[in-house]
Amino acid sequence: MEDMRLADRTASARENKITARGVQVYYGTNHAIKDVDVDIADRTVTAFIGPSGCGKSTFLRCLNRMNDTIPICRVEGRIEIDGEDIYDKRVDPVQLRARVGMVFQKPNPFPKSIYDNVAYGPRIHGLTRNRAELDEVVEKSLRRAALWNEVKDRLTSPGTGLSGGQQQRLCIARAVATSPEVLLMDEPCSALDPIATAQVEELIDELRENFSVVIVTHSMQQAARVSQRTAFFHLGNLVEFGETGQIFTNPRDPRTEAYITGRIG
Amino acid sequence: MTDASLPTTPHRGSLIEVDARTRRRNAAEKRFRLYGLVALGIGLAALVILLTSVLSNGVSAFRQTSLVLEMNLDAAVLDKKGNRDPEEMKKVTTIGYGKLIDKALKEAVAAKGIAIEGLTDKDVANMISKEAAAQVRERVLSNPDLVGETVTVKVLANGRIDGYLKGRVTMQSAERDSNVTPNQLRLADALMAEGLLVKAFNWDFITGPDASELRPEASGLGVAILGSAYMMIIVLILSLPIGVAASIYLEEFAPKNRWTDLIEVNISNLAAVPSIVFGILGLAIFINFAGLPQSAPIVGGLVLTLMTLPRIIIPTRAALGAVPPSIREAALGVGASKMQTIFHHVLPLAMPGILTGMIIGLAQALGETAPLLLIGMVAFVRDFPAAPPEGFFDPAAALPVQVYNWTQRADPGFAERASGAIIVLLVFLLVMNAVAILLRNRFERRW
Amino acid sequence: MSEQHILRAFDRDLEAVQGLVMRMGGMVETAILDAAEALAARDEDMAEKVRAGDKAIDALEEKINEETARLIALRAPAASDLRTALSVLKIASSLERVGDFAKNMAKRTTVLSQMHDIPGAGGALKRMSKAVVQMLSDALDAYNSRDVALAEDVRARDREVDQMYTALFREFLTHMMEDPRNITPCMHLHFIAKNIERMGDHATTISEQVIYLVTGAMPEESRPKADSVTTAGIEGK
Repeated sequence: MEDMRLADRTASARENKITARGVQVYYGTNHAIKDVDVDIADRTVTAFIGPSGCGKSTFLRCLNRMNDTIPICRVEGRIEIDGEDIYDKRVDPVQLRARVGMVFQKPNPFPKSIYDNVAYGPRIHGLTRNRAELDEVVEKSLRRAALWNEVKDRLTSPGTGLSGGQQQRLCIARAVATSPEVLLMDEPCSALDPIATAQVEELIDELRENFSVVIVTHSMQQAARVSQRTAFFHLGNLVEFGETGQIFTNPRDPRTEAYITGRIG
Repeated sequence: MTDASLPTTPHRGSLIEVDARTRRRNAAEKRFRLYGLVALGIGLAALVILLTSVLSNGVSAFRQTSLVLEMNLDAAVLDKKGNRDPEEMKKVTTIGYGKLIDKALKEAVAAKGIAIEGLTDKDVANMISKEAAAQVRERVLSNPDLVGETVTVKVLANGRIDGYLKGRVTMQSAERDSNVTPNQLRLADALMAEGLLVKAFNWDFITGPDASELRPEASGLGVAILGSAYMMIIVLILSLPIGVAASIYLEEFAPKNRWTDLIEVNISNLAAVPSIVFGILGLAIFINFAGLPQSAPIVGGLVLTLMTLPRIIIPTRAALGAVPPSIREAALGVGASKMQTIFHHVLPLAMPGILTGMIIGLAQALGETAPLLLIGMVAFVRDFPAAPPEGFFDPAAALPVQVYNWTQRADPGFAERASGAIIVLLVFLLVMNAVAILLRNRFERRW
Repeated sequence: MSEQHILRAFDRDLEAVQGLVMRMGGMVETAILDAAEALAARDEDMAEKVRAGDKAIDALEEKINEETARLIALRAPAASDLRTALSVLKIASSLERVGDFAKNMAKRTTVLSQMHDIPGAGGALKRMSKAVVQMLSDALDAYNSRDVALAEDVRARDREVDQMYTALFREFLTHMMEDPRNITPCMHLHFIAKNIERMGDHATTISEQVIYLVTGAMPEESRPKADSVTTAGIEGK
């Protein structure tokens, strides 16, 4: 276990997948994100922590342009994925979201069968040529989400009939099925019990082998458990960004210290 | 610190004894429940009274008194040339048939040995409905080979005789009535005893056309039901796509600005506009300007569509808005376009709500009378409209207008018919509401 | 971190466990002084008291370990809180070792009081003890007030104790070479001196914990060493 953690330190040496520079987000007149610079490393779990309303979710949603659906939201600055600016006029957010998958706070499977939930992404993006390939993608995604063994006998039953933790893993399988490069998770465990949370956390750790994972969490312990890098947001500012162990044992900024030791809300 | 800021606990008595304050609160709660029950009772009583009055007046409309007669279809009268040519036979009017029927009844009365003092031949003939001759003529013309034979015919009895058997006409009322005599009623009793006068289920009421003022016994709802059905088809075909498309655009695509706000307010206002205003609009635009025929289901359907649209758009938008944002996010999150999100996820989930709104809108349109009066649906129409789509342009009646029409007529027989028509209308509405409830339960929210 | 936690019970728990450490520090200081006094005065009763008192110190360490384990398990401390919890464990462990050294001193005092006196040794060891107790007391003060400067000062003062030990080492060597009958008491006295020097090292460890606690990093290993015994060699040169 300890060896794992020590091995994880090499994360900082990995290439950057996402580079954000001078990102500003406005909701109407409200300046929600103030001049944030972040580098998200490839195949690493990066956690965003901070008190409610600090802008961590807002920033996460900038990474796959989910904020586009909010009319009053305005984003400035550069966010690059593999060197390409995702806010370039020529970028279609639909294409972007196929590469940057998202898992939400509340498990939100479609009210369709388990199979159709996972197959939906590959279908609309035309990732498979025939039924056999689709079957394979569905199985692979469900296996990756550690759900295959639990649902393989009832792929046609509705996804909403699963337990909360299974639903969230189904949502992860659904996100994974489009073969994204980055997986964004917005408080994925906040609606789950501790066992389901642990299962999802284990899953996140496994997903790190293939994806860059960015997770927003209210639970500092969760950030500490699953991430290699942690960013602390406060009042729209990125206060501190560094290796998770360092943030949790010896933060450099007094605001980070105050937050993770439970001194400011 | 927190402990210190708490107020000191007041002294309380035993839990077993209820204190005065609690007693007062309990009493107030009991009183409130009572008010609620009374209010509910008033509502239920109103409903019961309405239903009882409609049912007690109207159920009898579904049974009709007829005379069963052995009748000789005299070839000398009905087919003078004897070649059984239907074209020739059409020259014989109902008067010729009427005489034969009168004769048949007279013979039947004589054969059964019924003798009633002071009963004239005219009285006996008046026992039969004016419609009877037409009934027999139609039967003969459709089957000319019957001429010359003696057949058993079932013809409508006069409305008053029908009323007597249903308890509407009594000996006392007959004495004051110029249309019926007590002797006729006695004859009716005798015929009843002999089995010549029978009561049976009145299919003609549901399938037959309307009849003139003097023949309530022959009037039916067929044309009205067909006319209403045609209008509902038009309303459904037009308002479902238009209403759903407008709702989707407003709810999902339209930018939130002053224009869309204005449109929204106006849709709400339109839903509240009195329906007669839509009638005037229909008269001005569809009939006077566009030149569509009066009394036609197409005009009625268009007017009702206009009236129903806002009433469909509002619940449809509510149903779309009720689809949880998490589903939209989920679809957008895996890279679905907005269109795909709406058609793959939002619309199927909103469908039960949309259908329910649709059916309730249709039910309202079905019961709507005022605008139809203005576009001429109130006209007396005896001919069935053709099959759609041509039939949409033929004159027709409508159920609620038929009710209105019948209540205007003098003969008490029509009061019964009007109530009967209300029952038919209510049954249609109940069926539609039941379908709405069924749909809602069937497509229970699955998220 | 003068700010309070949002959950004030956490503050109370942290204060409680640190209070135990301070109490333990007080007990250990008393034990050292008493042991040194007993040695100088050849007071066997007092020595016996010190030996008996060590049990209480051990029990207290046990309690601190338990309380800290509870605190870590229940409060999941992070950052400075986590460092506080860790330093509490380490300081308690150091204090326990120091307590053991004091007990060992008392034990040897009982033996030494049966032998003939080495003149001046008792007084010198008492002075050395006092210096160490002062270090310990300052280290705990530095801990209490999160005073890095004082902690650095304590680290520097370890050099003086090392020098005292080196001086005593040479003196005992001289005594032993003068008269072989001195060898047994001098060996005991040497062990006592060595133990006092080790106490100084533990005081230094505690100061380093203070520096780690406040700055989040251990101090550089540039501590001045004045213990030349290892380099002096067995020849005494």
